[in-house]
Amino acid sequence: MSNVKYTNDHEWLKIEDDTAWVGITTYARHALGDLVFLELPEVGRKVEKGDDFAVVESVKAASEIYTPVTGEIVEVNESLQDNLDDLKEDIDTGWIVKVKMDNPDEAADLMDKSAYDSFVEGLD
Amino acid sequence: MKKTPLHDAHVQSNAKMAEFAGYDMPIQYPDGVMTEHNWTRNNAGIFDVSHMGQLTLSGESVVEFLEKITPSTFSTLKDNVAKYTVLTNEEGGMVDDLIVTRLSDTKFFAVVNGACKDKDIAWMKQHMPSSVTLTHHEDRALIALQGPKAEKVLREALEIDAGDLNYMRFMEFGGRCWVSRLGYTGEDGFEISMPEEDANTAWERLLAHDDVKTIGLAARDSLRLEMGYPLYGHDIDATTSPVEADSTWIMGKKDNKTFIGAQRVLDELENGASRKRVGIKITGKGVAREGAEVFDETGENQIGVLTSGGFSPTLQQAIGQAYINADNAKTGTTVIVRVRGRDIEAEITNMPFVQAKTKKAVKKAA
Repeated sequence: MSNVKYTNDHEWLKIEDDTAWVGITTYARHALGDLVFLELPEVGRKVEKGDDFAVVESVKAASEIYTPVTGEIVEVNESLQDNLDDLKEDIDTGWIVKVKMDNPDEAADLMDKSAYDSFVEGLD
Repeated sequence: MKKTPLHDAHVQSNAKMAEFAGYDMPIQYPDGVMTEHNWTRNNAGIFDVSHMGQLTLSGESVVEFLEKITPSTFSTLKDNVAKYTVLTNEEGGMVDDLIVTRLSDTKFFAVVNGACKDKDIAWMKQHMPSSVTLTHHEDRALIALQGPKAEKVLREALEIDAGDLNYMRFMEFGGRCWVSRLGYTGEDGFEISMPEEDANTAWERLLAHDDVKTIGLAARDSLRLEMGYPLYGHDIDATTSPVEADSTWIMGKKDNKTFIGAQRVLDELENGASRKRVGIKITGKGVAREGAEVFDETGENQIGVLTSGGFSPTLQQAIGQAYINADNAKTGTTVIVRVRGRDIEAEITNMPFVQAKTKKAVKKAA
């Protein structure tokens, strides 16, 4: 069974063994508004926890997406660029990148679904 | 933070609010920027622009004063005609841009940017002869009604008939409303100045009309960007001259030669400026924002910088404004815009990006 975690930057991670599928949450999607472009990284790029690895552009602004784990980007969901509506909290189709984690324990500290939901509730 | 008289109405509409020009302003409403933008192009949008400064300048020597603080000519302007111009500083840069309407040869109405109004008033007072009086109408609200259905909405919602009012023309209505047929979107439309106590009733009546939606500052920005209108503090500022900004048309026949900062501006008119404000159309993939560096086709030599940039909902393409070295600023030139280290192909274009649909002059039958 996969394990889903959340960050306070509104990313979600689906963790399978040492690989994390990273996407953005419904809250983030809503806050970003009308998206017009997604800038994706190259496969093979090494990322450190906290690095931005992708940028979403809305009509008004550019927003960075950060990786909560350190590792190597092993797969990029390029189909999202032409289907921006798929960039959402869907752990099967909405992922942006897959990161092969150097240290899978990093993900253990992230929030689970109920902790994230309470976090979001406290924001408005 | 300051609030406009319509602040509560925006909050009740669930607008996303943020600070702008010292006011808590609606950035977008729940429909979102894209919908608001397209609605204004196809129907009618209402914008709360009460943060802007509304001033009356009056007195015997007010024409001379205006011809000192702006490079435009006001002596030959007809009554009830509005003019876009700028306040120049001693270095030929800009203190602000503004709309000035001639009410009579001794009375003018000016609307200045919200973020600049305190600075503008201080600047005017510093240069104003004692025979000129400046009144700041802090007790008036300003609502922009913009879009192809604006004239119809104005008649049906506020019972103001502007059928005979031409573009850039002003009329007073009922002694309380000052209606100007102009705006910041390129659409037909009006800016309606009214006493603040009338603002909520007017807003509710406009919003109750089926053709009307509320429009926030984000869509106001994408609408003006499509028209190539400069935004003060971004595309024009204290360092940019009217020649660099490609705004010499505001000088008309260029018979005003004694305005503040004339030396540099007249010299640039004669000999050319070193840089020029141009339109940039992003032909590659991506969006470029203010601050992005612009390079020549090789990507090696920087030739300018983007001062505004965003996505055009009408063109479904990213656009922007940039200052480019005069030698490289020819329309049609391929350039490279660098965004977060990535080179995106773009082209220098004329502005507006989207054809303006402002009211054509109504010819009266002889």
